[in-house]
Amino acid sequence: MKLITAVVKPYRLDEIKEALQAFGVHGLTVTEASGYGRQRGHTEVYRGAEYTVDLVPKIRIEVLVEDDDAEQLIEVIVKAARTGKIGDGKVWSLPVETAVRVRTGERGPDAL
Amino acid sequence: MPPGITLAADAPALSAANTGFMLICSALVMLMTPALAFFYGGMVRVKSTLNMLMMSFISLGIVTVLWVLYGFSMAFGTDTGGLIGWSSDYVGLSGIGLTELWDGYTVPVYVFAVFQLMFAVLTPALISGALADRVKFGAWALFVALWATVVYFPVAHWVWGTGGWAFEMGVIDFAGGTAVHINAGAAALGVILVIGKRVGFKKDPMRPHSLPLVMLGAGLLWFGWFGFNAGSWLGNDDGVGALMFLNTQVATAAAMLAWLLYEKIRHGAFTTLGAASGAVAGLVAITPAGGSSSPLGSLAIGAIAGLLCAMAVGLKYRFGYDDSLDVIGVHLVGGIAGSVLIGFFATGGGQSEVKGLLYGGGLDQLWKQLAGVGGVLAYSLVASAVLAFLLDRTIGMRVPEDVEVSGIDQTEHAETAYDFSGAGGGTVSRAAAPLPVNDPVRNKKVDA
Repeated sequence: MKLITAVVKPYRLDEIKEALQAFGVHGLTVTEASGYGRQRGHTEVYRGAEYTVDLVPKIRIEVLVEDDDAEQLIEVIVKAARTGKIGDGKVWSLPVETAVRVRTGERGPDAL
Repeated sequence: MPPGITLAADAPALSAANTGFMLICSALVMLMTPALAFFYGGMVRVKSTLNMLMMSFISLGIVTVLWVLYGFSMAFGTDTGGLIGWSSDYVGLSGIGLTELWDGYTVPVYVFAVFQLMFAVLTPALISGALADRVKFGAWALFVALWATVVYFPVAHWVWGTGGWAFEMGVIDFAGGTAVHINAGAAALGVILVIGKRVGFKKDPMRPHSLPLVMLGAGLLWFGWFGFNAGSWLGNDDGVGALMFLNTQVATAAAMLAWLLYEKIRHGAFTTLGAASGAVAGLVAITPAGGSSSPLGSLAIGAIAGLLCAMAVGLKYRFGYDDSLDVIGVHLVGGIAGSVLIGFFATGGGQSEVKGLLYGGGLDQLWKQLAGVGGVLAYSLVASAVLAFLLDRTIGMRVPEDVEVSGIDQTEHAETAYDFSGAGGGTVSRAAAPLPVNDPVRNKKVDA
């Protein structure tokens, strides 16, 4: 199994959710996050005083999938999240040792 | 006999219309102090919001009491040497009849006293913007009382009191550019030179915590300012009050646009704080000038003041003095702009027949305006710095550094402005907690 994590622009969430559903993903976790990449935040001006605000609002989407689906799912998320502008975010995957569905006790791919 | 009491033989009749108009104007000016509290309160960080609101609000309490006791007498009593007034009838406002009229006008002395009281309340509150986050509330309250007594009451006498040196010299200050705004701005400079900068000035971000509050405050200030300015003619029999009302609107609009254009060119954005600040700059500048300039002149005065103030607010970073909310940049600079521009834009057709440079009046009025500005500025700056120094050396003006960093609201006021905790946060001390309605202790029958 793989854990796919995507940190992306908040307004792409609906697109990504729809793409994931179309792909057949049953569940996902969404967290509000903030951070910066190469774009280094934005500048705000108050009576001429400029403040650099480093941290930009993002959302973090986490999905557990079977190994075989991981590569393809990454592509699906990247396609749905991409605007072509700076700050689109990142997607990565990690190996997962085990997963348990709390209600039934099912383990591994059955728990997804 | 105090200057405000007019002999029955040559007295004009009490005008119910003017009296009603002036009472409404007084209420409008009263609104400016809480409006200022919101204007300032939104500009500070969350942790010191309440302190900023309270520093303005407390003036309503302190100055009102002093005004009744001796303030009105010092400002508008019989003159001594052009410097100070005093009339025993005005002490405690006790020797004034209900229908006694003010100094040849058609409104009662009480109406004039209450209208002027609202100016006296607002002016010390204006100073507080420069001192955000770092002054002990008790020391501030004492400063307000001392400053009103030593600076405001005498300066109001100089500028508006019969016999006051600036008044007699012919300095024009229709509604308070000199007595209110230059006075408060110079005082702000005097005090911050003594108490110093906020912890983290120029290092920590000190962004306004609520621009909507700033806009609310600026909007209410703009509204209240119509009373401040249009009311300063003490009636509306000859249209000068209406001219002032119109000029107030015109200059404020022009100043807001000028500030926004400057910002867009210089910093790339039309900011909310810029719109609010530009409006206030225009209001400040037209305050002394609007009774003597034309609507087109007011347009120019507003635009010039908006531009000058937008440029001036950056000076604190260059010179390194921490005027937290730009009292100097907006009120001192705006007040000077308006007062000096009278020397150029007075048409001779408004409050007086004096003409400015652009209307063929020569340099005469310009010199008088500069003298008025210089005299008030110098006195207020020095006297305010001395008062702050004395308070700092005795009871201390500043809160400890850790209090300033953690937030002045909690230590000085035992409150916080906003509750960010989902569940209410903390526990309630049993001794202080109100009992719920169905509490068995509360509902126990005493005779059971």
